[in-house]
Amino acid sequence: MARAENEPARPTGCQVTASGVSVRFDDVFKAFDDTVVLAGVSLTVEPGEIFALLGPSGSGKTTMLRLLAGFEQLDRGRLLIADEAVEHLPPARRGVGMLFQSYALFPHLSVAENVAFGLKVRGGAQGEANARVAEMLELVRLSGFEQRRIAELSGGQQQRVALARALAPRPRVLLLDEPLSNLDPALREETRADLRRTVKQTGITTVLVTHEQEEAFELGERIGLLNEGGLEQVGGPAELYRDPASRFVATFVGRCSVLPGVVLERHGGDELTVRLESQPHAEPWLCRGDSGLRAGEQVDVCVRPEALELSTDGGSGLAGRIEAERFTGSNSFYTVRLASTRSDAGDGSAAGPAIEVAMPGSAAGMNGACVVRQLPGEPPSVFAGASTESDP
Amino acid sequence: MPWLVLAFLVWLVGYPLLVVAAEAFGIGSPGGGGPTTEAFRSFFTRADEWNAMWRTLWISVLSTLAAAAIGVPLGFLFERNEIPGRRLLGALVALPVALPPLVGVIAFLFLYGESGLAARGLQTLGLDVSWRLTGAWAILLVHAYSMYVYFYLFTRAGLSGQDGAAIEAAQSLGASRRQILFRVTLPRLRPALAGATLLTFMTSLGSFSAPYIFGGGFRVMTTQIVASKLNGELRMAYVETTMLALLAFASLLLLRRIDPGLDLASGARGTPPARRRLRSRGARVAAAAGGWVLAGVLLLPHATLILMSLVPPNTWTVEAFPPVLGLVNYGELLSSTERLRPALNSIWMAAAATLAAVVVGVMAARLSLRRGGLPGRALEAMMTLPWAIPGTVFALALAAAMSVNAPWVGRFVLVGTLWILPLAYLVRSLPLTGRSIFAGLRQLDPRLEEAAASLGAGPLRTVLRIVLPLLRPAVIAGAGLAFITMLGDFVTSIVLYTYDTRPISIEIQSSLRIQETGIAAAYGVLLMLLSAAAFIAWDDRAGGRL
Repeated sequence: MARAENEPARPTGCQVTASGVSVRFDDVFKAFDDTVVLAGVSLTVEPGEIFALLGPSGSGKTTMLRLLAGFEQLDRGRLLIADEAVEHLPPARRGVGMLFQSYALFPHLSVAENVAFGLKVRGGAQGEANARVAEMLELVRLSGFEQRRIAELSGGQQQRVALARALAPRPRVLLLDEPLSNLDPALREETRADLRRTVKQTGITTVLVTHEQEEAFELGERIGLLNEGGLEQVGGPAELYRDPASRFVATFVGRCSVLPGVVLERHGGDELTVRLESQPHAEPWLCRGDSGLRAGEQVDVCVRPEALELSTDGGSGLAGRIEAERFTGSNSFYTVRLASTRSDAGDGSAAGPAIEVAMPGSAAGMNGACVVRQLPGEPPSVFAGASTESDP
Repeated sequence: MPWLVLAFLVWLVGYPLLVVAAEAFGIGSPGGGGPTTEAFRSFFTRADEWNAMWRTLWISVLSTLAAAAIGVPLGFLFERNEIPGRRLLGALVALPVALPPLVGVIAFLFLYGESGLAARGLQTLGLDVSWRLTGAWAILLVHAYSMYVYFYLFTRAGLSGQDGAAIEAAQSLGASRRQILFRVTLPRLRPALAGATLLTFMTSLGSFSAPYIFGGGFRVMTTQIVASKLNGELRMAYVETTMLALLAFASLLLLRRIDPGLDLASGARGTPPARRRLRSRGARVAAAAGGWVLAGVLLLPHATLILMSLVPPNTWTVEAFPPVLGLVNYGELLSSTERLRPALNSIWMAAAATLAAVVVGVMAARLSLRRGGLPGRALEAMMTLPWAIPGTVFALALAAAMSVNAPWVGRFVLVGTLWILPLAYLVRSLPLTGRSIFAGLRQLDPRLEEAAASLGAGPLRTVLRIVLPLLRPAVIAGAGLAFITMLGDFVTSIVLYTYDTRPISIEIQSSLRIQETGIAAAYGVLLMLLSAAAFIAWDDRAGGRL
C-alpha cells in the first residue's frame, strides 16, 4: 500500500526522472449543490504507477482529478500525497502538474515561455530554467520549437508542449485529464504510445482520467472504474476484462451480452452451472460467479462475444437466427436473436434476447438460422439479478 | 472582496440614483421638511413638462427611423456590392461615430446655421433664402447625421456574418431576389437591426448637445433638466431626472423584447455571399461618383469646422467665403496656459476615468464570473446600468448625492471639487470598459487560470501574467471607447464642471456664447484631432474590431 515518503513539495535537482510518491483518497465525499458526485471514495495509487480513472461521463472521475489538483474542495474525507494531507493546500503548493483536456496553453507566450512558466514562478536561476526547458522539450521531441507561437503548432504538438509544461517544475504527481480526446483518431494511437513512454521515462506517479476503455487499458497500469460516484472495481486491465466485479464493469469494459438465467448447481471455487431462461432445454452453461450465489437464484450472465462460436450447420447449442453482421476485417461480429424456447427454433418467430458472437474474419457472410455454442476456456461471469434485457 | 467591489459600485452607480429619487420626494434633502409628492404633482400638471417628455419620445422614435433609413441601405450598398473605392469609402462613411457629439453639432451650426457657410453661399448666388437651424427638425437632422452610423455598422456586421449558402438554398428553391431579401436576408438581420435600434434610441433619448445648441425654446427632457437646475428649481430638476430615468428603463425593457437574441443565429457560420459586381462601366463610374459625393456631404461639416478655425476674429462680415485665413486662433489657443488648460483637463480627466474604469471593470468582471449567483449578477448590472441611463440623469444624481456632507450615509461634498467630474466620467466609462472586459473574460478558457495555479502561480501573478495579457484586446477596445467618449463629454460636464476642471466642451460652449467662433472652432478641431488620434491608436491596437 502507501509507502511512507517525505519528499519536499518542490523538489530541486535536475533529472528527468522523479521518484514516485503515493496518492491516497480516503473516504472522499463531494457534492455540487444537491448532486452527490463522489460518495465516499477510497483509493490508493502506488508510487510511480500510471493509474487510470475510467468511467462514463458524470461518474465523478474528473471531480477526483480536480480535487487532487486543488481546483475543487472536498466536502469530507482526506487527500494524501506522499502521506501528507493536501486537501487544505492551494493548487500552487500541492506539487501537482496537470495536463488539461484543452491543454490550456497560454496563447500569448511562446513554446519555451509556456514550458518555463512554472519554473519562473518559483524564481530559480535563469540558466537552470533554460536548461530545464531544453531538457523537457527534448523529452517530448520538440527541440527547436522554443520560439514558436502556440497557434503555429498542430494538435499533437500542443499536447506535447502541455505535457512538457506540466512536467517542467518536477511535480510529485502528474494528472492527465482526457489527454487524447482533442486529437484525431489517427494521431491518437501514436500519441498514446508516446505519452506512455514519456511518462514512464520520468517515473512520476500519474493519474489519468478517460472515458475511453481503450485509452485506459493502454495507458493505465491499473484502472479504477467509477460509476455514479463510487468505485466499482480497481485492478489491472486483464483483471477488469476477465473478472469483472459487477454487471456494470462487465458491460462497460469491452463488449458483452447479458442473458437472464437461473443457477442450477454450484461447483468448487467460483464455478457454477446456469440454465439460460430463454432456452431452458439447452445444455446449461458453465459460468463463474460470486460464492454467495445459490442454486435456484436468478442471475444475469454476461458473456463476451469471443467466448462463443456460431454454427449454421446445426448441432447442439442455443438456437437462433442471425439478425445482423458487422465486419471489422479481422473479425465478424454477428448479432443473433435467440429463440425464446428451443421448439421455436427455425420457424422464424424467434423472439428471445439478442446475443453477440465474434467469429474470425474468414467466417464472414453467414446468415439464417444458427446455433450458438460456448467455447471452452473463459467461462462468462454471472451476477445476481433478474434482467430480461440484453445488452450486446 | 466581491462585496467590497459591489459596495463601491452600488455607492457610485446605484446610490446617487436613489438619492435623486428620494430628494424628488423631499426625503433627505438638506432643506428639511417631510416627504411630499408636491413636486411630482406639479410635474404632472405642467404642460411644458409633459411636452418635454412627449418630445423626447417622438424625437427618439423619428431619429431612430431616420438613422435606419440612411444606415441600412448604406450598409447593404457597401457590404453587398463591389464598388470602386469600397474599403476607403466604407470607412469614411463610419467616421461620424468617432467624433464627439458636440463637435458634430457645432460643425453643423457653422455649415447649415442661419449665417452658416451654406446660407451665405446661396445668398451670394442671388437666391433670397434664409432659414433658422433650430427646433425639432434641426435636432432630427443632427441626430440622423450622427446616428445612422449605428445602423450602418450593425447592418454591415450582420450581413457579413450571414451564410451565403442560405441564399443559394433559397435561390435553388425558386425564390426571387425580392423574396430572398424579405424572407431570408432581412429576418436574419433582425438581431443586428434590433441592436442598432436599441443603441440609437437610447442615445437619442439621452442626447443633450443637439437639443441644447439647436433646441431654442424646443425642450426635451435633458435640456429641461439642466434648465430647471439653472433656474434654481432643484426639486423639479430631480423629479425630471427621475422621470427621464424611468423613461429610459421602460424604453430599454420594451426594446429588449424586440431583440430575438441569439435564437436566430444558426450554428454554422458559413461564408457570406460574394459581393455583386456592377457590370457596365457607366454604372461603376456612377456608383463611385455617388459614393464620393456622399462621403463629401458627410465630411462637409467637419471641413467647415476646420475652415472656421482658420478665420481670424472680426475678419469675416458679409462675404460668402472668409476673406482671410490664418492660424491666429490656434496661436491664441496655444499661447496662453489658461486657453490650453481645458484641453489638458479633458485629457487627464478622461485618462484617469478610463484607467479607473478598466481597473474596476477587470475586478468586477473577474469576481462576477467566478462568483456567479446574486453578487455576480449584481456586479454586472451595476457595471452596465450607466449605459441605460442618460448622462444628464447621472450628472444630476451625482450633483444631488455628493453635495451634502453626511459620511455616515455615504455622502460627501464632492460637487465643486476637483473629484466630481472624473468620478462622473468614471461612472459613464464603466459600461464601455465593462462590456468588452466581460465579453473578453467570458471567452477566456478558465482552465488557463487553473493551469497557472497548478504550475505554482499565485492569484496576482496569474492576473498579471495570464489574464491581463490575454485580455489586452478587450481592455484596449473598451478603454479606447471610454477615453474618446469622455474626452468629448459635454452632457455631464455642463452640470458638474468647476472653473478649474472645465473641459474642452465647456470651453467651446463659452467661446460660442461670447461670439469667439474661431476659437470655438479651433477647440472643436483640437477635440476632433485628439479623438481621431485616440481612435486610430485604438483601432490599430484593437485589431480593427469596431
